[in-house]
Formats: sequence, structure tokens, C-alpha cells
Amino acid sequence: MKYLVSIGLETHVQLKTRTKMFCGCLLSTDCPPNTNVCPVCMGLPGALPLMNKEAIRKTVMSGLMLGCSINKYSRFDRKNYFYPDMVKNYQISQNTDPLCIGGGVDIGKGENIRRVRINHIHLEEDAAKINHYDRHSGIDYNRCGTPLMEIVSEPDMHSSSDAMEYLTALRQILVYAGVSDCNLEDGNMRSDVNVSVRPETSDRLGTKVEIKNMNTFKGICAALEFEIDRQTAILKSGGSVVQETRRWDGECGETFSMRTKENAHDYRYFPEPDLLPVMLDDGTIEQWRSELPELPGKKRERFKTQYSLPEYDAGVLCAQLPVAAFFEQTVQRGAAPKSVSNWIMTDLLRLLGQTGRDISDIPLTPDSFASLLKLVDSKSINTPTAKELFEELFEKGGEPEAIVKERGLGQVSDTGAIEEFAARVVAENPKVAADYVGGKAPALQYLVGQVMKLSRGKANPQMAAEIIKRKIAGE
Amino acid sequence: MDNENGTVHMDVERICELAHFDMTSEEMSEYQDQLDRILEYVEMLRQLDLDGIEPTMYGQPVANNFREDIVVPGLTHDEVIRNAPDQANGEIKVPKVVE
Repeated sequence: MKYLVSIGLETHVQLKTRTKMFCGCLLSTDCPPNTNVCPVCMGLPGALPLMNKEAIRKTVMSGLMLGCSINKYSRFDRKNYFYPDMVKNYQISQNTDPLCIGGGVDIGKGENIRRVRINHIHLEEDAAKINHYDRHSGIDYNRCGTPLMEIVSEPDMHSSSDAMEYLTALRQILVYAGVSDCNLEDGNMRSDVNVSVRPETSDRLGTKVEIKNMNTFKGICAALEFEIDRQTAILKSGGSVVQETRRWDGECGETFSMRTKENAHDYRYFPEPDLLPVMLDDGTIEQWRSELPELPGKKRERFKTQYSLPEYDAGVLCAQLPVAAFFEQTVQRGAAPKSVSNWIMTDLLRLLGQTGRDISDIPLTPDSFASLLKLVDSKSINTPTAKELFEELFEKGGEPEAIVKERGLGQVSDTGAIEEFAARVVAENPKVAADYVGGKAPALQYLVGQVMKLSRGKANPQMAAEIIKRKIAGE
Repeated sequence: MDNENGTVHMDVERICELAHFDMTSEEMSEYQDQLDRILEYVEMLRQLDLDGIEPTMYGQPVANNFREDIVVPGLTHDEVIRNAPDQANGEIKVPKVVE
């Protein structure tokens, strides 16, 4: 019998705001513990929450990027639970009237594009960070109150690779929109995974298992594969899957039961009395819509048509918004799109990878990059010189034309000089010249190399080859 | 919280469990009685004809009480730690919790 897998994800995304959701405390991951806290996020008696408008805006923008409809009336609820990561003993969340409803993320390629539907997106506050030690646990409330958006998908994914594609696309869209850094190491994006398996003949979803708080894509993938195998084996042996919450242990590579349905949480949600509702008018929503960037998929298509780039190039360039922007700015300064693309995909991305630097933080500018490419196109410098110069611009910046002039790096296209070098090289290497005449093509490369050496790397190699051929032919 | 015979009843044992309250059975039955009477009182609302009336969640017809995304200094680390039962390396120290 064949089995069908259904996966749904609840993805928590920390929003990139300066301050917390309900108070003016700074958001920062590199401050000493318990230094960015105040009476509101410490849940002191009498402290009242106040909504951060920027968090509402970023959630609505996420919803618009993901094709959700925006609820004009939305409000917050209290989710009651007792755990030291939440001092108030309740989390302010949205249960019945979230900010965004519907929408989806496309996964797959070409004819196999499928939509993973989104159920809704709601906004809540993140909990504190608990560190566990041998004999005690330690709590840092700096993270407590971080605006946290929860994106709840429908169970539309059917394999671990579907889940990876969904998360990758979702992350790219959110980073594009500038709503979150989605940095996995910093815990900016964490998912609860719901997975169930059922016989192919059944049209009802199987009993689901939830795996909580996963923060790496690799971990999610491994946990899903383990869980799919575990559940399938149970069904195959005639057993039934227990509805429960399980924990992924990355070291053992297994999931373990945490909580069964009988002990499930009972959050006793009720409307948050300390906050007023959020009412958004069309004008505000349209204003925010106008501030949205182009979606990654749309940008890829545009790059293919507008700049006549192959699918592969468009994919690489659009993977990160700053790289795409760097490409376009360089092209706008008159450089040929395909050569800009080639240089970015090979040299620039290699150097960024090697140095671990960020494209927004390098001395190379679209201006200097475009002038360098112009020097190459006009054959004013040859390719090896250009590559060297590119690395220098990447490291230190500078004006390519000025550097070329100052150091005399200009390619020698002066036939007179090359004629002279070529005549000397042919005269000094009669055997190699004879080899070439005898049909050994690589012999020519050797001779060109000698001319390059004499010109100290500045000769135009194509021109040198032509002249050498003429000399050998005795012209 | 209705039970089968139509009277209101609060599951005090369950509430204690959720609220992490430790109570003796005497205390529980005392509260049981008091809480059931409160629920009975609220039950009176059910005798009213509320067709077409939206539940009231907020006292005033006001919305959108926002703040701008601007940093406001909070408590100093010493002030925060002063209320904590114990601390270690700047973190608030609690008995080992695992969930």
C-alpha cells in the first residue's frame, strides 16, 4: 500500500523593527542579558502595552507580498500559559481576528509550480530566551516582547523537499520585503512542523504529530524524514499514530514524545483588555502596498525579458535583493547586461564568499564596476589585467580609468610594438614556429605567451596571435 | 462550563491545574461553591433576548492606539535583577525547567 504525507508549517518570524511589540525597548541580539527590558515586557503590575505601528505595517506588508487579504478589523487576545519565558503568564497574540487571511507561496518549477496555501498570518510577542545549565535554568528577557509574526500554512506540502522549497521561498520573499532578516542562527525564523501520513485510499488526513520550535532548515528536513518513516512504519504494522507533540533531538536524529493530546495546552484565550483593536482603511493599506518591492519571481521574469539573460543568470542574480540591485545599477551606467552578469556570478560572488563580506559594504561601486567593463569592452585592457584590477577595486575601491593610466596598464593594441615583439619571438623560436606550421596548434599559444611576456602582459592577445601567424607565413 | 443537567459548574480542579495552584480538597470545595455562585449570577444574562446584539469587547469605540518605533530607555540591569529571587551571569536564575 502507498501512503500520502501531509505537512503544514507554523513559521514564526521576528520582525525587523527597532523596538519591541508593546514597549520602546531596543531590539538587539548582542546586548548583555536583561538589559533591554522595562516594566511592560517584565510584566510588572500596572504596566500597559502600546502597539508598535511599524510591526503592524511590516505584518501587513508581508501579507500583501504573500497574496493575503488584509483584515480591516483585527485585534489581540491573551493566550494564557505558565512558563518562565513569559513573565505575565500570558502571551499577547491574535486568535480570532488576525491581520492577514489566505494567500500562499508557490513552489516547484515550470509546469510543476504548485501553491502552498497560507491559512492566516497573526502578530504576537516573542517569549524570553531560556538557557539550560546542569543545575538551573537562566532567563534573559531581552527577547521577550519582540514582534513575532506567525505564518500558518495549510497542510499542502507532501515531502520534506516541498517543505524546504516552501521555507526557502518564504524566507526570500520576507527578506526582499525588508520585514525580517530571517537569520536562522539568530532564531529569526523558527517553525513548528505538523506532519501526518495516511493510506493513499483514504481521503481524510491522518493523525497529526507536531514537532515544536525548529530553527534550522536542515533540522526540519531531517525531523520530517524521521517522522514520515516512523508514522509509515506504524501504519504498515497495523497500528495507529498517537496525536502528540514531539521534540526533535538533532544529536540522536530522532523525535521523542513530549506531550499527548490528553495533556494538550488549554490556553483559555480571551480578548486582550489592555489594547484597542486595529482598524485599517483602504488608504493605509494601499499606501503600504505602494511601498512593496517586486516579488523575487516577478524580478526573475523581468531580468530574463528586459536584459535578455538566461534563466540561470536571472535565478542567481535575483536570489538576493542587494545583488540584483547591484546588477541593475551597473547596467544603468551603460555596461552590457550579460557581461555584468558573468562578472557578478563568477568573480564578485566568489570574492564575497571568500571574504565573508556583504555586498552593501564593499568599496567596489556600480560606477567603478561599469567603467572597468567599459575598458574591457573597448579592449583598452585585456582580461587578465581586468581580473586583477577587479580584485583591487573590490578590496580598495578606486577609479579604473585613472588606475590604468597611472600604472600604464593599458593594453597595447599598437600594431607597431606588437609587430616588433612578434618578429623577435618568431626569430628566436624557429623550432616552435616550425611545429605550428607542421600542424601543432598549441605551439601558437606558446608564441603568444612570449609576446605577452615581452609586452609585460599588456599586448592584446588576439592581435598578437594574428601578427605571429603572418610572420610565420613570411608576410 | 455547563454540565449535563443544565446548571453551571466550574471544574475547579482543572482550573487549579492550569493556574498551577496547589489546593487542598477542602479549599477546592469552598471555591467550587463560590465560583459556581458567580457563574450562576452571570447566567442571568442568558435570560435576556440578545438577538442581533454584537458582543462588546471594548468600552469605547476607539481603535489604533499606536506608538512609533522609537527606542525608550527601560529599567537598568540592577533594577531588573533586584526583583529576581536569584541571578547568575546576568540571567534570572530559576529551577531547571524543561519542556
